[in-house]
Amino acid sequence: MQRTFTQFENFGHSLSVPAYAAAPLTTGEIHSVFQLAKKMGLPVTARGAGRSYNDAALIGGGIVLDMRGMNAITSWDASTGLITAQPGATLEQVWQKVEPDGWWPPVVSGTMKTTLGGCLSTNIHGKNNFKMGTIGEHVVEFSAILPTGAEIVCAPKKNADLFYAMIGGLGMLGIFTSITMQMKRIHSGLLTVDAFPVQNLRGHLSALLDGAPNNDYIVGWLDTMTGGKGLGRGQIHAARYLHEGEDSNPRETMKIENQILPPRIFGVFPKGLLHYFMRPFSNNLGWRGVSTAKYIASLRTHTFRQSHAAFHFLLDYIPDWELSYGRGGLIQYQSFIPKETAESAWAEMLSLSCRNGLPSYLGVTKRHRPDKFLLSHAVDGFSLAMDFKVTNKNRVRLGSLLQEFDRITLQAGGRFYFAKNSETTAQSAKSFFGGETIARFKKLKKRCDPNGLLESNLYRRIFGD
Amino acid sequence: MSDSPRLAPATPLNPRRRGIIIGASDGIGAALARKLAKEGYALALLARRKDKLDSLCAEINSAAAETRALAYEHDVLNYDEVPALLTKITADLGGLDLAVFMAGVNFPPGLASYNFEGDRRMIEVNLIGAMAWLTPVAEMFQSAGSGQIVGISSVAGDRGRVGNPGYNTSKAALTTYLEALRNRLARHGVHVLTVKPGFVKTEMLKAAQGATPFAADPEKVAGDIYKAMLKRRQVIYTASIWRWIMLIIQHIPSVIFRRLSF
Repeated sequence: MQRTFTQFENFGHSLSVPAYAAAPLTTGEIHSVFQLAKKMGLPVTARGAGRSYNDAALIGGGIVLDMRGMNAITSWDASTGLITAQPGATLEQVWQKVEPDGWWPPVVSGTMKTTLGGCLSTNIHGKNNFKMGTIGEHVVEFSAILPTGAEIVCAPKKNADLFYAMIGGLGMLGIFTSITMQMKRIHSGLLTVDAFPVQNLRGHLSALLDGAPNNDYIVGWLDTMTGGKGLGRGQIHAARYLHEGEDSNPRETMKIENQILPPRIFGVFPKGLLHYFMRPFSNNLGWRGVSTAKYIASLRTHTFRQSHAAFHFLLDYIPDWELSYGRGGLIQYQSFIPKETAESAWAEMLSLSCRNGLPSYLGVTKRHRPDKFLLSHAVDGFSLAMDFKVTNKNRVRLGSLLQEFDRITLQAGGRFYFAKNSETTAQSAKSFFGGETIARFKKLKKRCDPNGLLESNLYRRIFGD
Repeated sequence: MSDSPRLAPATPLNPRRRGIIIGASDGIGAALARKLAKEGYALALLARRKDKLDSLCAEINSAAAETRALAYEHDVLNYDEVPALLTKITADLGGLDLAVFMAGVNFPPGLASYNFEGDRRMIEVNLIGAMAWLTPVAEMFQSAGSGQIVGISSVAGDRGRVGNPGYNTSKAALTTYLEALRNRLARHGVHVLTVKPGFVKTEMLKAAQGATPFAADPEKVAGDIYKAMLKRRQVIYTASIWRWIMLIIQHIPSVIFRRLSF
């Protein structure tokens, strides 16, 4: 196994950190990397597709385990919907494997490029979090190798403490080597989608709250460029699975070629080039125009059918969209806030960012429910994810804005998600997890990783002493 | 993982750059360390004299109100310990963007005498020491496709003079070595800066014989180096007047030059 010194980036291209890269193909090779790391005194972190917006898969000067080579789907049972795969397998591989047989991954991220290992480490959620919970709730069993060399198997009723800590455990307890998940039965390759506008933040949040029980998925786009009366306006997409019989030809709609996103717009223009044309709009004025146009276009209430892939994987719709933010890249700020306090907290945040001339370019809202994983980011409430462009000029001001956001979120009883926020401090993390949760996690870490080999920049930032 | 004190890791909004200064205990090295720390760098400072390093680190860290500089005791002559030490420092800093080779010794033999031991030490520290460090640094930066190397050579390398053949040779060789590194690494996105200071008001100046015109403060030299790093210059003289002085000196015909006594 070769090791080379390489620059690694976050998904938003706003942070670049060099490390030694090692690409294991077997559990034994992971073990030898641990031994080497121990000998050399180097920290190790696992990395999947590199789709985290922050520093979850970066370890400056350490060893990055590039897990993409361990990506086999080792078993698939179309009668029970149980799939077993190595951690480097992507959601793209998984849905393409199961959908033709009438199944769909119960929880997916906004991009299909993420790996299962990465998804479990951050315990991702989808647009159906209020109904299906996080991805971890659909894991039947997983195997992992610990830095001590021990190989373990965990399930909800077997090594349960590690099961609930390693899922969402940021890869800091051990490395997944095999993951078994339950897929969800579907009766069509299509979803029924309602799209309708909401005029302000109150309308926005009550649409999510009221819409959730009657739908399988719900997500909002929030026009972050508009303040005043229209603060929080946007568009809701609510989607439902089709019942058996509603799709006259499910075999056809579930074919992969009828799911995947077309590579060209109108069959002519290659989408791979689109991000270049988005760059000129990537400033406050340009994006205000884009957001307003999008809002006007969203005023029409309508219902339509859309393939699962097209509904879920918006981030893959424009390849390399993150490059449109220019040289400084982007960061994402997502806050999870209980439903009782969300409106006033986000009203304060949104007007703060507009007032400071640091508007977010994209706001996405979702409905959530709590879960029982140790490092949980979920609340009974909503989340708002905001993209911010980073430039040499705005770094310091944006930093203080986000500190204010943290204060507002924590005061509202909110939480943060560790695949997204890049600036959360150890104090903030401690304040929402509580000292007891952190102590429990550290105790497990001591047990699984007595020499402290597993470390990421994220871990140093959040759990650094 | 390691026992060294911790630096806060880089984040998108605080993307601190990381640098190593070999030969940082005083003079230009200490001045550059203060300057870079002020500009937000996380630094590993190396020298033989640990007590001096420790007090410099304490000064820098208290001025910044956070840990920005870590001290490492190292003798440049211990070539064999360099690769492992570099790996450790890179892990402690959380990466590496800059390497400055500053270490240098000067043993003027006097106009009338010869001193092989002194000459040998100058080559061992000023040249081989640089090669021992910059070889693994270059490998690392080439592989990562980025990085910045700063080598402190000297105007003394521009001409062989009567006063100090060994020192002239060590610096001439270092200048050429840095030029070759630059030519190797530019195509990999790595920047190499050669710094040629004239007289600088440091400990070393006390060893110089005769007049020391245009002697600059170490702080001024450090400022010039930082500016040249930002502009990605290839070779600088500091103070800048030395560019013109050396232009003239380089063109003095040998028939005259060998009769001069400096």
